Amino acid sequence: MRLTQKLRRRPSRPGRSDAGVARRISDRLSSRRRSRFAAPAVLMLGLLLAGGAYAVANAALVPGTAQASTTDEDLVAQGRALFLVGCSSCHGKNAEGIPTNKDNNYGPSLVGVGAASVDFQVGTGRMPMSNPGTQAQRKPPVYDDQEIEALAAYVASLGPGPAVPDSEQYSTEGLDNESVVRGGEFFRTNCTACHNFAGAGGALPRGRYAPKLTGVSNKHIYEALLTGPQQMPVFSDAVLTPEDKRDIIAYINYTNEMPDQGGFSLGRLGPVTEGLAAWLIGIGSLVGFAVWIGTASTRTTKKQKKEAAS
Amino acid sequence: MSAETSSAGVAPSNGRSAAKAGKPSRVGAAATWADDRLGLAGVAKKNLRKVFPDHWSFMLGEIALWSFVVLLLSGVFLTFWYRPSMAEVIYEGSYSPLRGLHMSEAMASTIHISFDVRGGLLMRQVHHWAAMVFVASMMVHLLRVYFTGAFRKPRELNWVIGCLLLLLGTLEGFTGYSLPDDLLSGTGIRAADGFMKSIPIVGTYASFLLFGGEFPGDSIIPRLYTVHVLLIPGILVALIAAHMLLLVYHKHTQWPGPGRTEQNVVGYPMLPVYAAKAGGFFFVVFGVLTLMGGLIGINPVWRYGPYNPAEVTAGSQPDWYMGWPDGLLRLMPGWETHVFGTTWSWNVFFPIIVMPGLMFTILLMLPFIESWITGDKRDHHLLQRPRNAPTRTAVMVALMTFYGLSWAAGGNDIIAIRMGLSINQITYFLRGAVFIGPIIAFIITRRWCLSLQRADNERLLHGYESGVIMRDPQGGYSEKHLPLPEAKAYTLTARDRDLVLSAPTGSDGNGVASPTARKDRLRARLSRLWMADNIQKPTRAELEEARHHAEHEHAHEAALSGHPADGHQFDGRDEATGHGHQLSGH
Repeated sequence: MRLTQKLRRRPSRPGRSDAGVARRISDRLSSRRRSRFAAPAVLMLGLLLAGGAYAVANAALVPGTAQASTTDEDLVAQGRALFLVGCSSCHGKNAEGIPTNKDNNYGPSLVGVGAASVDFQVGTGRMPMSNPGTQAQRKPPVYDDQEIEALAAYVASLGPGPAVPDSEQYSTEGLDNESVVRGGEFFRTNCTACHNFAGAGGALPRGRYAPKLTGVSNKHIYEALLTGPQQMPVFSDAVLTPEDKRDIIAYINYTNEMPDQGGFSLGRLGPVTEGLAAWLIGIGSLVGFAVWIGTASTRTTKKQKKEAAS
Repeated sequence: MSAETSSAGVAPSNGRSAAKAGKPSRVGAAATWADDRLGLAGVAKKNLRKVFPDHWSFMLGEIALWSFVVLLLSGVFLTFWYRPSMAEVIYEGSYSPLRGLHMSEAMASTIHISFDVRGGLLMRQVHHWAAMVFVASMMVHLLRVYFTGAFRKPRELNWVIGCLLLLLGTLEGFTGYSLPDDLLSGTGIRAADGFMKSIPIVGTYASFLLFGGEFPGDSIIPRLYTVHVLLIPGILVALIAAHMLLLVYHKHTQWPGPGRTEQNVVGYPMLPVYAAKAGGFFFVVFGVLTLMGGLIGINPVWRYGPYNPAEVTAGSQPDWYMGWPDGLLRLMPGWETHVFGTTWSWNVFFPIIVMPGLMFTILLMLPFIESWITGDKRDHHLLQRPRNAPTRTAVMVALMTFYGLSWAAGGNDIIAIRMGLSINQITYFLRGAVFIGPIIAFIITRRWCLSLQRADNERLLHGYESGVIMRDPQGGYSEKHLPLPEAKAYTLTARDRDLVLSAPTGSDGNGVASPTARKDRLRARLSRLWMADNIQKPTRAELEEARHHAEHEHAHEAALSGHPADGHQFDGRDEATGHGHQLSGH
């Protein structure tokens, strides 16, 4: 979440300047304009100004929220162009979906899935899929933030659906321990059955799975709850209010950052890996010690001595 | 000084100077005082010199014994703070993500031990690891006893006691990990409730009796606690005492070898050698378990959270020793019968109630089944190598395969997610494998043992492979084989010939039909299946013939190569050195 916040933050510029200060600076500059560092300094300044201007212009082009973007025809057009290249082979040229000849979904229709869905699927790298499979896997995203905005804007323009949430909806800043406790209760009631008690993930039928929840941004957790990607049910705002969702995110962040008080966590997978450790490490080392004690006796040392002597 | 105190009253002498009575020390005086009143010196003198044979595999049972001691010590520590109560309290301890939540006093006190009692988490983890290792080491010990034939007469009862220890250890583990009343263990108790209710007719009554009413009630934790800290440990201590008394009474088995017979025990005396080894091993076990408790997390109940029947977590598994019935439960198709409005849950009853009982009965009966089939009622104190009882070894490997596959099924979801497989495919595969796997394992193991027996005979009759390549006048190559050292040859031949029971005629000389004819015929058939394929050791004539042949051959070769036989090749000298001399020296 912090990453996206940083990316979304517009570069700040000084709003006002003091004439006296400017005069003093220009005096100082003119007195040093024949310095051998002057030319590179001017070049650097020019590059910085040009880059800054581009950044300003670029930021002005990208609206802050997804709702606003749906009205931005340029963005939708850009998104459509990207969609036709990267998505339409499975989802259809108009995102209407492509059925297979057995009437299964080759790629589902994206009409009405909303911008939040696109932001989650593309932002976590699940879409575009690297290869067809039971489930799209998380991987480094293929599109950058601006392109994801454009794709989301295009898909959102096809029909109404959940919008990308505002950062204040999923930001956990300022939440106290009570929220974490509350979020833990919601987490155990709604999430652990598939994602495991520590968010380490769990198996679902036929090769599907609930992914692990470490390293997922606040925004993406919120969007997943909102849109129910892949096997996940939708937790609409009527089921889990935005505050509940935020508390769950706070709990997930808390447990992810919490140290493993007991030592090596063995993947936080529960008794299976613990049993493995009991056998491999416990019995393994103790039998090793037994072999050592059993073979290194007075008799064997005597035998070794005799062998060495002969 | 120390020598004087330890041998107080005994005249110290180095064998050259005259013995002088030592000054009586205080320790000696105290020992005399105690002996006058307890009379232990006679008993101690005999038993402190008791001989135990030496082999690493004889220490596997010790792992179990010492981890049990660790369990007692760490368990007592835990009882000081644990509260076996299901009373609802609000947690106000130092683990903040649960602060302010309602939970049972049992759970709250467990978290209190973990975070607010000095050394509490370490003790909890040591206790839990010790429990896991306790059951595992009992199993490893059981396998050693079975594979080496140490369960045979007169030790069948000790086998039975050992099996009971395994069963009770498992139950003790279950009652123990249920006590924290966290989400995982609560799910386990919930499952146990379901298992009990699957028993036809009496199931519901049994469940209500155990839980004191409808699940979960508020008495299961205190009841399990009583069972965990009083009932089962009491029986365990008594049975362990009986197990060890019988061990002393029977004397320990030993591997065959020169000087070792059915009548003696060759090894080291209890004091000082064996006591030092065993005592040292206690510290090794304690150390390993403490290291595990300190470094590897186990059962993080605070992460699971308090039990709530509405919640469950992915990866809800029992501890490993309960894993195999859980696996069978996962493999079982959902068969149910509905009769007159009642449900008969074969899908639960069969894998979780019937199968463990059946497997345990088979385990318990193994010594009796084998002695009935072989008709062997003699005392045995010399161990057998697994290969020398091929069918027995194969039976256990088949049982292990069944166990292992069922066990793997218990972790099918973890296997699926960790290895990127489909949980359904794993389950379908294992459904077949639990039937086919043991059969394949049986056949392979039996053939393997028979081949090893043949290899032993080969070495006895034709010697070991020396690594010396000979070229004959025709240009053909062959490897020179040298006779085994005599000690090794003795060890390999120190086993009985298997006697297959012959089929009875069914009637005696007067034509009176035997009342047990059918039973005898079955027994003869089983005996044939059990032993008829075994490779018997070479006879004396065969061995002598082989030796003669080897000597003759060597003399022949020596004449050709100009190196006379010096006799050392056949006198049982150490393989490596004797052989080395022959190559380089002469």
